Amino acid sequence: MRRTPLYNRHVAAGAKLVDFAGWEMPVQYPDGVRAEHMAVRERCGIFDVSHMGEIETVGPDAEALLQRLLSNDVAKIAIGGSQYSVLCDERGGVLDDLFTYRLEPERYLTVTNASNHERDLAWFRSYAGDFDVELHDRIDDYAMLAVQGPLARELVQAISDAPLPARMTTAMRRLAGAEALVCATGYTGEDGVELLLAPGDASALWDELCRRGATPAGLAARDTLRLEACFHLYGNDLSLERNPIEAGLGWCCREDTNFIGSQAIRVARTALSSSGASSHAEPAVSPSGRPPERLIAFEIDGQGIARQGNPIVGGGTVTSGTLSPCLGVGIGMAYVPAEHATLGTVLQIDVRGKIRPAIVKQKPLYRKAS
Amino acid sequence: MSSYPDDLLYHPEHDWARLDADDPDVAVLGITWFAQDALGEVVFFDPPSPGTIVHKDEPYAEVESVKAVSDVVAPLSGEIVEVNEKLADSPNAINEDPYGEGWLVKVRMSDPTEREALLDADAYSATLGA
Repeated sequence: MRRTPLYNRHVAAGAKLVDFAGWEMPVQYPDGVRAEHMAVRERCGIFDVSHMGEIETVGPDAEALLQRLLSNDVAKIAIGGSQYSVLCDERGGVLDDLFTYRLEPERYLTVTNASNHERDLAWFRSYAGDFDVELHDRIDDYAMLAVQGPLARELVQAISDAPLPARMTTAMRRLAGAEALVCATGYTGEDGVELLLAPGDASALWDELCRRGATPAGLAARDTLRLEACFHLYGNDLSLERNPIEAGLGWCCREDTNFIGSQAIRVARTALSSSGASSHAEPAVSPSGRPPERLIAFEIDGQGIARQGNPIVGGGTVTSGTLSPCLGVGIGMAYVPAEHATLGTVLQIDVRGKIRPAIVKQKPLYRKAS
Repeated sequence: MSSYPDDLLYHPEHDWARLDADDPDVAVLGITWFAQDALGEVVFFDPPSPGTIVHKDEPYAEVESVKAVSDVVAPLSGEIVEVNEKLADSPNAINEDPYGEGWLVKVRMSDPTEREALLDADAYSATLGA
């Protein structure tokens, strides 16, 4: 199993380590997932996410290649900007969801999910031949720390040689002496930054941020935080069997850029906007060939916690479920038929044989105070 | 820290049984320190109703942490006569005091000889490889 540069820190802290996509990662520290979750919501947490991959695209055609691969309009990324998008196959099925940072006019860094990194890299390479670009696998060149919470920016600012980049932008900074790419992005629904830096510098920066009050938080808290914020998790809420329209990610798809999968996605979007109104639109199907469904967020009404894979009476499946530490109830996301996707609809979820009512809720389920 | 009291009988699926001193037909059941530690903070215990018949080696209830759900296996067969109602409000008692306040159910045993197949504290600890 692979280990991050912070492995020894996790062991010393008494973390429980688990296999995650071939990496030995901390799932929680001794104080437990709820304490870690609340530390991020109320103060500042720090996550080791060095298992995430990076692909660098460099050259005169870097923008053109990424425009062909990524669903969003890559031409809109300013230098020092960032953008979320999905990587799709021709059927519109989702290969991965990624953040892309434009570091220089012709140099981009795309952050991949650990479980998809090798496949993404092969996919990028298979399309690169027609473009004047170089692709570099940078997974071994970067450690990645996520510092998240209402105090996160203040904490990192205190050790930075210059003001931190604004939300959704990125800049190189010296943090306590170490060169780091500071990205004002995150996966928790809180303010914060993600830091990409040389693996050899990661332990000293981790120690310094912990010393200044950041609480180490593991993958379990990362999951409860992202689910309260209704961020998708690849493998749960996104897969090759679903298109981004079903997943509620139509906002990051720009079919006019002619990316791979855009034709299937255009059909899916048209069907959605005319659903029920007309029979002229082509019948939309999910990449799996089934009728399309909608990804909704829900709260359990009463006791119980729905989990990934629980079926919904009348059709649909839970793709993520947990107990929300902030709301104190079971929450989750599920794909359901369009007629059950309206806010306020009561779903009947089959939780291991017990039927638990759940209410379709507005996303996100948790919104930070501000 | 881990502990496995000598006065309990253990099932290899990480459950314990305490024979009730007042009523020799009744056993108190719960999960072991190892089980609660593996699960993490318990946030929900879904008990069976009193009157439910449970069978040795088969699941009779579920305990859930934030991250996962786990079946609880019956170390002995019988009828549920009482459930620990306090766990509805404070399921974390299962973590904090797994052999005391964190007990799960009381069972009227249907076959008292089944206890002979259970492990003592030393034998159970040995299965944990500790």
